[in-house]
Amino acid sequence: MRVTVRLFARLRDIAGAAELSRDLAAGATIGDVWRQLTAEFPDFAGYERSISTAVNADYARMDRVVADGDEVAFLPPVSGG
Amino acid sequence: MTTPLFAIGPAPLEVDRLARAAAGAAGPEHGADGAVVTFLGLVRNHNVGRRVRYLEYEAYEPLALKAFGRIAAEIQERWPSARLALHHRIGRLEIGEASIAIVVRSPHRGDAYAACRYAIERVKQIAPIWKREFFEGGDVWIEGATANPDDERARAEAERVACA
Repeated sequence: MRVTVRLFARLRDIAGAAELSRDLAAGATIGDVWRQLTAEFPDFAGYERSISTAVNADYARMDRVVADGDEVAFLPPVSGG
Repeated sequence: MTTPLFAIGPAPLEVDRLARAAAGAAGPEHGADGAVVTFLGLVRNHNVGRRVRYLEYEAYEPLALKAFGRIAAEIQERWPSARLALHHRIGRLEIGEASIAIVVRSPHRGDAYAACRYAIERVKQIAPIWKREFFEGGDVWIEGATANPDDERARAEAERVACA
């Protein structure tokens, strides 16, 4: 199955893209997507404890199982206002 | 065109339009309100010793709008008579420009002040919005809170600050 990954702020800069497509095995979680990205972009590792995650524009936990076509977003610590 | 209660976009913020949106949300009870509190967050020319040139904001818009709605629901629960309108600007903002505008109406000023303060604290905690600071000598993404809307300690802290 295939998901769309959305990256923001510094994560976007590190990856050099705001949006990526990634293939995953059935039953994969957000955490699996994160580990795949961290292997690809080692500088992501520093965000392990501070990111938030969302699926289809709703906050979700790392252990959430993703489905084909989902949009998975990784959000570094926020600084709005 | 009616102004939405919650919005994110590149256009300069207009407090008057926001205030009208909040008044509209009051419906026929409009006349019951005795207070309107407005907060504008401005781009400052200095930050932690750096001379700031300008800021760039970005947002995960659909989730940020949901976060604004969640903040409104929390306010409804804590200050039932208060109504919130909130717009956040994105893109490049110059020194002195407003990045966020918040308007709260309520029958009494105490609730309006408290709910307005609560709203800005919660935006900083849970809205997926980021600012990149361009200062003299470089640029940096500002990273504040880990966004977790279910973190009750953060919510309690926002309420404590709002009611101090």
